[in-house]
Amino acid sequence: MIDWPILTTTTFLPLAGVLAILLVPGEDEGAKRNIRMVALVTTLFTFVLSLFIWGAFDYANPGLQLVETQEWLGGNIGYKMGIDGISMLFVILTTFLMPFCILASWESVQKRVKEYMIAFLVLETLMIGVFCAQDLVLFYVFFEASLLPMFLIIGVWGGKRRVYASYKFFLYTLLGSVLMLIAIMTMYWSAGTTDITALAKYPFASDVQTWLWLAFFASFAVKMPMWPVHTWLPDAHVEAPTAGSVLLAAILLKMGGYGFLRFSVPMFPEASEMFAPMVFTLSIIAIIYTSLVALVQEDIKKLIAYSSVAHMGYVTMGIFTMTEQGIQGALFQMLSHGIVSGALFLCVGVIYDRMHTRDIAAYGGLVNRMPFYAVAFLIFTMANVGLPGTSGFVGEFLTLMGAFEVNTWVALFAATGVILSAAYALFLYRRVVFGALDKESLKSITDLSLREQVILVPLIILTILFGFYPAPILDVTQGSVDALITNYQAAIEAAGHTVQAGAPAVAH
Amino acid sequence: MTELTQLPDLLPVLPEIFLAVGALALLMIGVFGGQRISFLVNGMAMGLIAATALFVMPYGAQLGTTFQGAFVLDSFAYYLKQLVLIGSFFAIAMSWAYARSQNFDKFEYPVLILLATVGMMLMLSANDMIALYLGLELQSLSLYVIAAINRDSVRSTEAGLKYFVLGALSSGMLLYGMSLVYGFTGNVGFPQIAEVLTRDGASLGLIFGLVFMLAGLAFKISAVPFHMWTPDVYEGAPTPVTAFFAAAPKVAAMGLLVRVVIDVFQPVTHEWQQIIVFVSIASMVLGAFAAIGQSNIKRLMAYSSIGHMGYALVGLAAGTQTGVEGVLFYMTAYLGMTLGAFACILSMRRKDGMVEEIADLSGLWRTNLPMAMLLSVILVSLAGIPPFVGFWGKWYVFSAAVQAGLYPLAIIGVVASVVGAYYYLRIIKVMLFDEPAEKFEAMPVELKVVLGLSSIFVIFYIVLPQPITTATALAAKSLF
Repeated sequence: MIDWPILTTTTFLPLAGVLAILLVPGEDEGAKRNIRMVALVTTLFTFVLSLFIWGAFDYANPGLQLVETQEWLGGNIGYKMGIDGISMLFVILTTFLMPFCILASWESVQKRVKEYMIAFLVLETLMIGVFCAQDLVLFYVFFEASLLPMFLIIGVWGGKRRVYASYKFFLYTLLGSVLMLIAIMTMYWSAGTTDITALAKYPFASDVQTWLWLAFFASFAVKMPMWPVHTWLPDAHVEAPTAGSVLLAAILLKMGGYGFLRFSVPMFPEASEMFAPMVFTLSIIAIIYTSLVALVQEDIKKLIAYSSVAHMGYVTMGIFTMTEQGIQGALFQMLSHGIVSGALFLCVGVIYDRMHTRDIAAYGGLVNRMPFYAVAFLIFTMANVGLPGTSGFVGEFLTLMGAFEVNTWVALFAATGVILSAAYALFLYRRVVFGALDKESLKSITDLSLREQVILVPLIILTILFGFYPAPILDVTQGSVDALITNYQAAIEAAGHTVQAGAPAVAH
Repeated sequence: MTELTQLPDLLPVLPEIFLAVGALALLMIGVFGGQRISFLVNGMAMGLIAATALFVMPYGAQLGTTFQGAFVLDSFAYYLKQLVLIGSFFAIAMSWAYARSQNFDKFEYPVLILLATVGMMLMLSANDMIALYLGLELQSLSLYVIAAINRDSVRSTEAGLKYFVLGALSSGMLLYGMSLVYGFTGNVGFPQIAEVLTRDGASLGLIFGLVFMLAGLAFKISAVPFHMWTPDVYEGAPTPVTAFFAAAPKVAAMGLLVRVVIDVFQPVTHEWQQIIVFVSIASMVLGAFAAIGQSNIKRLMAYSSIGHMGYALVGLAAGTQTGVEGVLFYMTAYLGMTLGAFACILSMRRKDGMVEEIADLSGLWRTNLPMAMLLSVILVSLAGIPPFVGFWGKWYVFSAAVQAGLYPLAIIGVVASVVGAYYYLRIIKVMLFDEPAEKFEAMPVELKVVLGLSSIFVIFYIVLPQPITTATALAAKSLF
């Protein structure tokens, strides 16, 4: 056991890096280099520290671990951090991806390096905080504050329509989360606490559950994003700098799925059961419709963004099947998508840094001059498609299995998405990498530099490793997911009993 | 015989006496010293306020009622008086640089602010309607003159005149309402009126009186639909005056409104609640939408303050102790943020004078990065994004409304806050995303101090929230 507040330290360690960066004087190349180094070292340190969390993780304990509490606002709103099987891997994923983001920005970001690195480090603190917070108010603070650095990252270092995209991102997600804020207040006044563990045990009345569920749904569905509130995502992705897109796809979207698992399902089981068909419908529309939309995209990043929406459709579907396979699959899909989509955006960044365009039409035949790049891009494309042997397969397969147990039609429609995803991903790959290298501007393009190889190789290894051997992840989540399902079913049964017990009384 | 000659207990009213005497002394010094020593008067006025807040209030003044119940110093008044003093102190501090550069060194200015402060403190301690009116008029008349203090500027005199005419109208409404309340209850003292209301309930005439009183007070806090003067006065008045108007008088008027509504009309909560709910929604929505089109930052701050008064009223609409706590906290947060924002607006100065357009802030990140960052933080806080103090203000008022079951109010409020976030973001966008405009003159040191203190409050409130929440809880408790 660790007897010092490791979660708090991990969460706020990046802020120490911010302080160090603020102390770096000067504006010249040397200063920029120092700033990048400080940021890289900080994120690496944070990653190493977060591995200690994994080391201290007790697989047999389905409940909260490494809990830290502190008096804070008074009135039963406290500072409480903790992790369980559901949240721990997201913390690791965040800290794992951050060094890659810093490395990916090493050369492509030349203006306002100091502010850029500060924004990323602050964002890291907030993202880790979201997954560690075990108090609803604390969670909300981290959750909503994370909009700010991302707003700046898109708005300052983004592409041509960056202002529009950053506004849309900010206001869309803010609108969703303020409704959740009202729900949080309602829960606070009825349960008298904002402790997440206590709230999960508190029996909210069925009609209240409906409203609370909808308010939380408004926030998480936008964040996720689910069809039809996904439209901010393509814009944000296209305009964001590479590292911003990586974090957006890999971590920020997962906050929605994490929110469903942490709040919607355990706290409002009856409402979750009631709304499950609606979620299935929206998920299937997301899977099929956005896959079709992805087919016609002319912009590489936009295509990957739409494919993200489709993949998140599997996650929502899996979560609301309430089966072990479904939820495990959803969690796995989120982590795998975090790695794969992050890697895909990094791949796009590689060619964008060279050519400064994201138009698919501007590329073609890259395999002739960039063989290593072609291999890396192929592996991630295949993982995105869900080819067996890559991590993308495991998540999709498990969620589809969960869906099959609940409703065959849902599984059938969702499975068509697998075909569609192969269509758009392979079509993209063919247009960018294969074909003849006949474009004049591409004649002198260079293959992956050492820095880029350092970024992509670990991600390739993980993608294939988890594809063949998913146990390290599934073992971590197993206990907490089992507990979640048990509690959920107990709550549904209890609700069913009260209805049945109430029915004869009405009849008399 | 002894009854008649006995002096009232002066300890509760000591801060007011101290400040009033001090203000008159400063007036003498100013008159006999001439314009040369206006800086001295400025400094002495700040000294007086600081002495009142730091020594007279904690060590001299005593909680209690005096003047046959007309004046009360309870924790509620005590807390808000401290806020008012802070607001006035920094308002004078922030006028220094402006005075130096804009030939604004009039010794009347600090003296008038002192008198207005005395008026505000009296308002907050008023325990009957006569005292209320006296305090309010002392404050208002000082403010009318302050608004027009730049006599050579057409805009300033226009602002003063507009403020005066509309202010007089609102005072008339307030008086009319008070006379009706007096007529139907036979009392002017707050506790006595509350007693009658508890016994007899509200008659139609009394409700008329209540409506007129609320209209008069809503004017003072510039709540919709009595907000028309605000943008013009904010824009027309010299910027330090605007900074003053946006801070302390709003706090005082809100405190007065809370006291009247809670102390006097508590028994007929149902009657006033719907009015406050309406005014609150109207203020939040109008503040959010009308600010979008503004290009002048002072006008924008005017609409922003209208919106913020709407949010504060959300807490009042709940009519509970939690609600009043929320209002008090909101006003505290609002004061801190407003002072910081105006410290930035006051440093928008180029070689050829002050500038007030939002576009003038273009690319501030390159010319003055610390100011750009801190102003962004303050604006984000005004928009109500965590973890900054503005979010907690919203948290307290909205959660009070939710507790009282006012869901529609809370939902409209948070949605309005999203709209509001848009125009704050627009300023941030101009400062951080756009290409640089011409550089501002260096920021004067006192503005740096104000901005620094305000930012520390805005950013680090979250680390140590207990002192303020404890104080507001104590203050709110004394009303119930």
